[in-house]
Amino acid sequence: MAEEPMSPAPLPEGTASDTTGSRGSRLLGVLALVGLAVLGVLAFVLTDPDVRIHPSTGAEFGQFDAVRMLYVHVPLAVMTYLAYGLCAVASLGVLIRRTPWWDVTAHAAAEVGTVFCGLVLVTGSIWGRPVWNTWWEWGDVRLMTTLVLFLMFAGYLALRRTTGDPRAVSRRAAVVALVAVLDLPLVNRSVEWWENRTLHQQSTLGDLKIEDLTLFTLMLGFLVLGMVLAWLLLHRFRVGWLERAALDHSVAAAIVERRGETPDDELRRAVGDPSPGESS
Amino acid sequence: MTYVGYLIAGWGITLGTLAIYALRLIRRGRDLSAQVPDAHRRWLEDQGSGDA
Amino acid sequence: MSTLRTVLRDARLVAGRDLRIEARSRVVVDQVLPFAVLVLVLFGFALDADHSTLRTFAPGLFWVTVLLSALLAIQRSASLDSADGTGTSLRMSGLSPVARYLGRTTAVFVQLLVLEALLVGGLVVLYGVSVEEWFLLVVAGVAAGVAVAAAGTLYGALASGLRARETLLPILVLPVLAPVLIGATRAFDDALGVAAVDGWAWTGLLAVAALVLTVVGASAHGALVED
Repeated sequence: MAEEPMSPAPLPEGTASDTTGSRGSRLLGVLALVGLAVLGVLAFVLTDPDVRIHPSTGAEFGQFDAVRMLYVHVPLAVMTYLAYGLCAVASLGVLIRRTPWWDVTAHAAAEVGTVFCGLVLVTGSIWGRPVWNTWWEWGDVRLMTTLVLFLMFAGYLALRRTTGDPRAVSRRAAVVALVAVLDLPLVNRSVEWWENRTLHQQSTLGDLKIEDLTLFTLMLGFLVLGMVLAWLLLHRFRVGWLERAALDHSVAAAIVERRGETPDDELRRAVGDPSPGESS
Repeated sequence: MTYVGYLIAGWGITLGTLAIYALRLIRRGRDLSAQVPDAHRRWLEDQGSGDA
Repeated sequence: MSTLRTVLRDARLVAGRDLRIEARSRVVVDQVLPFAVLVLVLFGFALDADHSTLRTFAPGLFWVTVLLSALLAIQRSASLDSADGTGTSLRMSGLSPVARYLGRTTAVFVQLLVLEALLVGGLVVLYGVSVEEWFLLVVAGVAAGVAVAAAGTLYGALASGLRARETLLPILVLPVLAPVLIGATRAFDDALGVAAVDGWAWTGLLAVAALVLTVVGASAHGALVED
């Protein structure tokens, strides 16, 4: 009887490759989790709240503990730009090179980027409430620009989900991503002119004394959230790749079925599984 | 600590959302892996499935 | 350059065709324009305000109305090709994608100008607005019209051929037009004497937006249409 170590059954169960994880990604994940814990400790315990003394009245003012939002909000924003930037580059790749790799990367980057972007808006709003006394501020440049950016990529993701010729959808989505990125400076400039003052400017990011431990914690925030971003991108890419493969696989199987080729090994060969030693 | 509620909400929503998203990705990855035979999973360069 | 002349000539052909179709079918005139006036009226009801309040909000309401109505005009323009296979015959006719894009954009732009003119009349009559600087108003209206037509034609082509295209087009094109909304509203604030802003600076921004969107649209249109 032939051994079959190299030929898995069509529906493998419990084989080594039944997840999208790999040694590298698991290590990255563990590092990210440890990093998040360290970040938490630094952000909440070891760093000081933002307390300043008014020069004439001697009263205390500042963000107090709300400043601890800094360590999650700003890194989220940076990661959003990285992810969307990657999406733009990958979208260019889709239009120029047209390989599936660019396409899956673009989609993965857009989806992960939108998750981060949404979190930027939410954490920004939550941070803004105690510090600016409002959940939302229409005149704020960064807030508006980020909101429009979020909406543009929400449209991108909606487009991705429509049914239709996959190649057409992927090309159109690439155009949407590129136009979004090109439009962004216009959005930014127009909102900037719209209100001359912005809360972001008046605020405290400028007059916070970002030095020493605060700075270090912020840098750590970039590093840790960067690892989280990388992990999410990796897995989302693999999921996207598998979705494509599953589609190809089911199409191939359906074609073979329709051709009425019943012998088992013919079927297996057609869908890419090497046939076992014996043929019936 | 002042503004505790806001801090918990902000950090909590962030970590929670990222965790939920990560778990959903892992689950989707597992489901899809079950459907796709190893031969199609070319990105797994460190996996043992040597034949194409 | 003969290619430039060819492109412009072909664009004029396409624009002429689209406008002739509109002249015959009168969809924009019969349906989109009344929709626009209706939106102005609805705003009037909803705000339940006196003339001075309406005047303050008039520029913003105007441009929101234009954008919503433009969506209809763009959908209509994009659908002109997909009915009865004219799309394929257009592609095979050898007209360059750039020419087709420019022609289509021009036709939509003309329709938008008519829409804007009518709505300015609506503002004067319904909202008690008075125009202080006609020249600024016209230039800003033209610049914004080009920008909306350019972005709309690109995204109209992008959404065509997909299922759910009617709901997809608005969410794709409206965020991109946010700077146009902001700029045009500010320019009209100045032209209608509503607020003390530098309308010409904003019109400059609108012109830049129009240029960028047209160039991007023309370049991207080719990538979309060769399917």
